[in-house]
Amino acid sequence: MWITELPSFVYFYLGALLLPLLPGKARNVLLLLIPLLSGVFLWQLPEGNHWQTTLLGFELTPFYTDRLSVLFGYVFHIAAFIAIVYALHVRDLLQQVASLLYAGSALGAVFSGDLLSLFVFWEMLAVTSVFLVFARRTERAYRAGMRYLTIQVVSGLLLLVGVILHAQVTGSLRFEWIGLEQEGPAAIAGWLIFIAFGIKCAFPLLHTWLTDAYPEATPTGTIFLSAFTTKVAVYALARGYAGTDLLIYIGALMTCFPIFYAVIENDLRRVLAYSLINQVGFMVVGIGIGTALALNGAVAHAFNDVIFKGLLFMSMGAVLHMTGKINGSELGGLYKSMPKTTILCLVGAASISAFPLFSGFVSKSMVMSAALANDHHIIWLMLLFASAGVFHHAGIKIPYFAFFAHDSGIRTTEPPTNMLIAMTIAAVLCVAIGAYPQMLYSLLPFELGYSPYDATHVLAQTQLLFFSALAFVWLNLRGMYPPELPSVNLDAEWLYRHLLPRLLQRIMRRFWAVDALLRQCLKRGLVLFGDHLHTYSGPQGILAKTWPTGRVVFWVAVILALFLVLSLF
Amino acid sequence: MLTHLPILQVIVPLLAAPLCLMLDGSRFVWAFALLASLLAGVISGLLLWQVETGGTLSYALGGWQAPIGIEYRIDLLSAYLLLIVSAMGTLVLLGAYRSVNKELAAGARTYFYVAYLLCLAGLLGIVAAGDAFNVFVFLEISSLGSYILISLGRDRRALWAAFQYLVVGTIGATFILIGVGFLYAMTGTLNMMDLAQRIPSVSESTTVLVAFTFLVVGVCLKLAMFPLHVWLPNAYAFAPSIATAFLAASATKVAVYLLFRFSFGVFGVALTESILPLQEVFIGLGLAGVFVASLVAISQHNIKRMLAYSSVAQIGYMIIGYGLDSQAGTTAALLHLFNHALMKAALFMALAAVVYHHGSVLLKDLAGLGTTMPWTAAALVGGGLSLIGVPLTVGFISKWYLVQAALEQDLWWLALLIVVGSLLAIVYVWRMIEPMYFAPASSDRPRSVGNTPEAPRSLLLVIWILVAANLYFGIDTRLPVGIAEAAAQQIFGVRF
Repeated sequence: MWITELPSFVYFYLGALLLPLLPGKARNVLLLLIPLLSGVFLWQLPEGNHWQTTLLGFELTPFYTDRLSVLFGYVFHIAAFIAIVYALHVRDLLQQVASLLYAGSALGAVFSGDLLSLFVFWEMLAVTSVFLVFARRTERAYRAGMRYLTIQVVSGLLLLVGVILHAQVTGSLRFEWIGLEQEGPAAIAGWLIFIAFGIKCAFPLLHTWLTDAYPEATPTGTIFLSAFTTKVAVYALARGYAGTDLLIYIGALMTCFPIFYAVIENDLRRVLAYSLINQVGFMVVGIGIGTALALNGAVAHAFNDVIFKGLLFMSMGAVLHMTGKINGSELGGLYKSMPKTTILCLVGAASISAFPLFSGFVSKSMVMSAALANDHHIIWLMLLFASAGVFHHAGIKIPYFAFFAHDSGIRTTEPPTNMLIAMTIAAVLCVAIGAYPQMLYSLLPFELGYSPYDATHVLAQTQLLFFSALAFVWLNLRGMYPPELPSVNLDAEWLYRHLLPRLLQRIMRRFWAVDALLRQCLKRGLVLFGDHLHTYSGPQGILAKTWPTGRVVFWVAVILALFLVLSLF
Repeated sequence: MLTHLPILQVIVPLLAAPLCLMLDGSRFVWAFALLASLLAGVISGLLLWQVETGGTLSYALGGWQAPIGIEYRIDLLSAYLLLIVSAMGTLVLLGAYRSVNKELAAGARTYFYVAYLLCLAGLLGIVAAGDAFNVFVFLEISSLGSYILISLGRDRRALWAAFQYLVVGTIGATFILIGVGFLYAMTGTLNMMDLAQRIPSVSESTTVLVAFTFLVVGVCLKLAMFPLHVWLPNAYAFAPSIATAFLAASATKVAVYLLFRFSFGVFGVALTESILPLQEVFIGLGLAGVFVASLVAISQHNIKRMLAYSSVAQIGYMIIGYGLDSQAGTTAALLHLFNHALMKAALFMALAAVVYHHGSVLLKDLAGLGTTMPWTAAALVGGGLSLIGVPLTVGFISKWYLVQAALEQDLWWLALLIVVGSLLAIVYVWRMIEPMYFAPASSDRPRSVGNTPEAPRSLLLVIWILVAANLYFGIDTRLPVGIAEAAAQQIFGVRF
């Protein structure tokens, strides 16, 4: 094996090991070199198995490439490079090492040819990424990080049990199509792995870790977080569960439900976290449909989403970095002092809203076309609604409240040059892919003569966007927006609820009540259970206290009697 | 010389023990004890090699042939256990010197090494002996040694813990003696091979059933199966750190060996199955052990006590492997025997290093350990990961085989519970890691004499050999897996 043919994660892991040994400037050089070199090596590599070994009698393939995994490999390299450039000003070794290990684990996961390697990197993803949350070094971030870690580790354990069961039934650890249609123990294995993937993919009700932890990470850490974890899960679903009908409905739900949360959310990075789930929903729908067009669309959308979502997170990170604020109610009017950031953010917003000529358009339209082509009309309508919704909360709300709206009076400057460069790279990619989609299409797993720029697509999407914009303007003119009072900061969330038409508000309020009640019940149940357990197993509990010898002997007698009874009768 | 290895294995530490009393100065005593246990380790390595190449060894003591004389019988399983016990005994003793000097009064040190060697000799004797009565004799020798070791702890509760262990342990040994006596009454022999041949012809009699029950309960007491584990946490928590590391790595392992030897080797698989509903009883008790002991471990403040409860939980896994009553289950249990010895020795030795500086191992003593004693803290993390069963550590290998064994019988709920059990291990290991890396070191802590806050090098060396073994055998599994599989096959091979 040549040095250029090592698995991609090896370069990142080695880099992470070397990093602490280097002085400040050299660290930056190394950080930039790793994704560049590793990316070039990957580009030169032919497809197939590159590294095989045996463990416990199973064939393992820790480094396997094909068109699907290589595409994810490319975008992860791009994302890692952009995020590293964006974070160059950071002088925090913990974050630097953690982000290298994290990116390496993501690459390791997509290039895992067997389920056991996948599990190892699955857990590494969780363990390394949590430090990007801890690195904020606040009590709040620590707690969010611990919740995040717990859920991720549970996902890994489910995966492990599923994998062992799968290996037991099929006798092979190879990571191929798994599906949910088998019988008996194979079905259990299939479901366990499915749920494990689902947790990382932020399926509805399993998504809370994402919106909880991502906005608590450092401004630069969130860029890494947004790129890798969910996309690894999308990749895993695409390989293991393509064409599973259930995914269509789960995905459609994922595109719709975050919109309601995103609209009332004040923390702009949390808004983006919700829109991340929404975009992943599109990919999940594509995987669920499972035709060549749909899978291409899902994968292409994952590729684009990494870049434009990264761009949006970067612009919000820049705002947070410069002003120290991220709540929509405290920001506004920043375009005067951060014009470049504003423009870059608008490019990201246009991409996520799928404006023609921007990257989101060329991939989202593939998923939508595939849904129509397979007669999923209701799903298509849901996706249409979701497209309008994402335009509202990510395309308009983010830039509007951060850079325009009422002038918050904050005067600052543009972010550091490296941040601007990183955002520019991402923005250029957004426009380039939007304008020359063939560049991306040639990398997709299936060959298709698909062209997004035909009259129906462009017209439909443009109509959608214009009517959404119209609705926004109309709402604004009708005074359904909060009046600009000097006391705006008093109760921001209350104001946000007024953004919604009043009718919707009443329904939603009931929904929140039920939602809160359920959460409360669950939480109280857990606390009660924990307390109950503690009375037995706590230091003073019957199970932990030192017993008098007499009681010990009594138990000996009980066990002896039990065994005698069992053996004699 | 080579033909006498089976007896030398036992006699070397046994004779070395009283010789220690003649030496002056704890350094000489330690070096001499280390030499003796090192010899025992070399002998066990040679024995394993002989057994692997030449098959089972039978040694007639004093030239008296088997049914009349005492036979020492070394098959693959015994050779494997001898290696575990003597290797752990040697490694722990290698790092013992500074820690024993710190924790024990000058007058007690010689007795510590004497008791240590006696205990080692007893444990090796149990495994080497081929007749049931000698097993009892060596069991008593090792138990007496361990009572002394525990009572030497400087916490006064150590005396009480040793006393309770003495009472309970004596009951256990008595049960074993009763069982052996009944068997003798029925078959007229004490030799295990003869017993195995003659028992089937009398297997209908109630006496044999009762003998079996007494033996199993007695052994379960010694191996601290839940709910007969109550003596263990206090004994481990208050014994000198070195004694804890040694006992945790070897004593319970030998008791688990006895369980397999008696029920599958002497009584035979078929009879054992007909006497007890193995699966229901032992899987149930094993699971109860895993969950109850892990939950209790979670809320302990004394780390030694916490790890002691974790030992009870880990023994639960071995009991589950036993209860599965299959070749795969036995392989898993035997494998965990080896792996658990490695992880607990590593962890308890690391705790010995903490005790060396802080005098105690309460949770608050760990605060800031990541900066003050980075190597020790890292070793605790390594051992902890292995305890959880993270891939690339030995813990993962044993869990993997155990889960496989459970799935082989379509007990997927059991497989799931085993994995959930590891989730509890994550919690208590995390409770240990959190203060080490996330809490600032308290400034008012008593500083040791010398200015280096890290543990003595001799101790660190041993700790890291053990941690490295945890990682090495997690990747290159040939030695333990090969032997465990072959030994399990020997037990189940005759079965149709």
